Amino acid sequence: MKQDSGSASALNLRTAGILDACELSECSGVPSLRRLRQGPVAVIECSEEIPCNPCEISCPNGAIEVGRPITNRPMLKSDQCSGCGVCIAKCPGLAIFVVDLSAETEDIVSLPYEMLPIPQVGEIVDVLNREGNLVGPGKVAQVATSYGNDRTTVVTLAVDKGQGMHVRALRVKGAEYAQQR
Amino acid sequence: MKYRETEILVVGGGPAGLSAAIEAADRGAGVLLVDEQKDPGGQLVKQIHKFFGSGRHGAGTRGIDLATQLASKAQKLGVQLLQGMSAVGVFEDSVIFSDRDGSLFRFRASRGIIATGASEKAVAFPGWTLPGVITAGAAQTFVNLYRVVVGQKVLVIGSGNVGLIVAYQLLQAGSEVAGIVEMRPEIGGWGVHASKVRRLGVQILTGMSVKEVRGRDCVEEIVLCTVDQDGTPSGEERIITVDTVCLAVGLSPRIEFPQWLGCRMGFSASLGGYVPLHNSVMETAVPGWFVAGDAAGVEEASTAIEEGRLAGIAAATSLGYGKGTTCEEEIREIRESLNELRLGPFGRERKRAKERVVSEYETG
Repeated sequence: MKQDSGSASALNLRTAGILDACELSECSGVPSLRRLRQGPVAVIECSEEIPCNPCEISCPNGAIEVGRPITNRPMLKSDQCSGCGVCIAKCPGLAIFVVDLSAETEDIVSLPYEMLPIPQVGEIVDVLNREGNLVGPGKVAQVATSYGNDRTTVVTLAVDKGQGMHVRALRVKGAEYAQQR
Repeated sequence: MKYRETEILVVGGGPAGLSAAIEAADRGAGVLLVDEQKDPGGQLVKQIHKFFGSGRHGAGTRGIDLATQLASKAQKLGVQLLQGMSAVGVFEDSVIFSDRDGSLFRFRASRGIIATGASEKAVAFPGWTLPGVITAGAAQTFVNLYRVVVGQKVLVIGSGNVGLIVAYQLLQAGSEVAGIVEMRPEIGGWGVHASKVRRLGVQILTGMSVKEVRGRDCVEEIVLCTVDQDGTPSGEERIITVDTVCLAVGLSPRIEFPQWLGCRMGFSASLGGYVPLHNSVMETAVPGWFVAGDAAGVEEASTAIEEGRLAGIAAATSLGYGKGTTCEEEIREIRESLNELRLGPFGRERKRAKERVVSEYETG
């Protein structure tokens, strides 16, 4: 399908549902590249003033601050974040990921997943970026379906080096729910 | 005609009605809640996604689970839940309900709380009566409640939160979503909901509208056209092959009941249409009758819960239950919470509209 028509040529959150580079850099929940390279850390892609704060309450380390009013955007104190990933399944917007850029040969991304089938550890899946485009294969490193996640599966993927800040979804090979374009 | 008496009658068992019943019963009032659906919870029963809002007030919980929690809390407090009954008429001293078989029941109450919710708007275009054109609520009922996939390839009209969420749920059910059409140049709903579907490959077609749906006996294709800022078609067309068109074009407060009562009404486009005017504790211009939730202006479940609580507390205290400083403190806290929920770019206009409703009530 062709790209969005009309005068709105720039793809950003309000025109296309895609955070552009500028919007991403302004998110107070997105850690610095330096921190990302030190090991796993939450990446909170929540840039609008909406009334929501389960992330703040979920964090065992107090690393996420929303405060009052509740429409404040979440602020990540990345030095306090252990990258445990408890917040991933708590976010109703499915907007939190845990990214680890510390390895030399691959990047690690944990993301929320609410589709079927649920992939198996070791399985090779298609990984998609914020635009829904296929950006390569990913290997499933971990699948967390704990009670506390309340039916949101957290899938940890090993992806190509350099893709950690781009991979935001997965598609099990052969599944039809996500559309190939 | 069968006849029943109660202290507080709640009409509607969604988040607002259940929350009102809980607060009133918690203060000792006798509460009867009548709801037209088979199960309590209103629209919550078909919301399978996790809810936004304050984590301390149940946000992060799926709508369907919130329905169960609220209903069981109400029952534990002694609220009588009567399901499967619709309000069909109002007398000066009583309200008439009908069950599914058409038997009539007459209820008399000292106080009443209207929590009738909202109904979906539609948009008319050539072909809109073809089988396969459905509303977002109908799609959710099929898919989430009865587990029936509504179509193989669906186009969603409207990019408000409802349209974005239903698109995501259609993907979960295994449908292909051919796109989400938005007349305005920007997406209507929250960015996080839009991102959720976009990263699974669903495009949001801004600046476009429906021209026509074609098909012999059912939907076969849809013709879209580009529109300019004020909604005028600008010529360029696009045809997409789909079997289902899902309308998510907004909601209107369900106001038949307050109109029967003779509540003074006011119009607010940003609240979805006509709403009963009410004071700061949700009492309408008909003394003893309160209103809460989408019936008082279309918003979100979290605001419906808080308004319901306000109405429940106010109705109970007006009968002499649970008066005192704790009540005033609670009312103050709920108002603060409502104010916070209505901050930000998505709440600002609703907040102003809500304030206008109260000031119109007071000046009228």
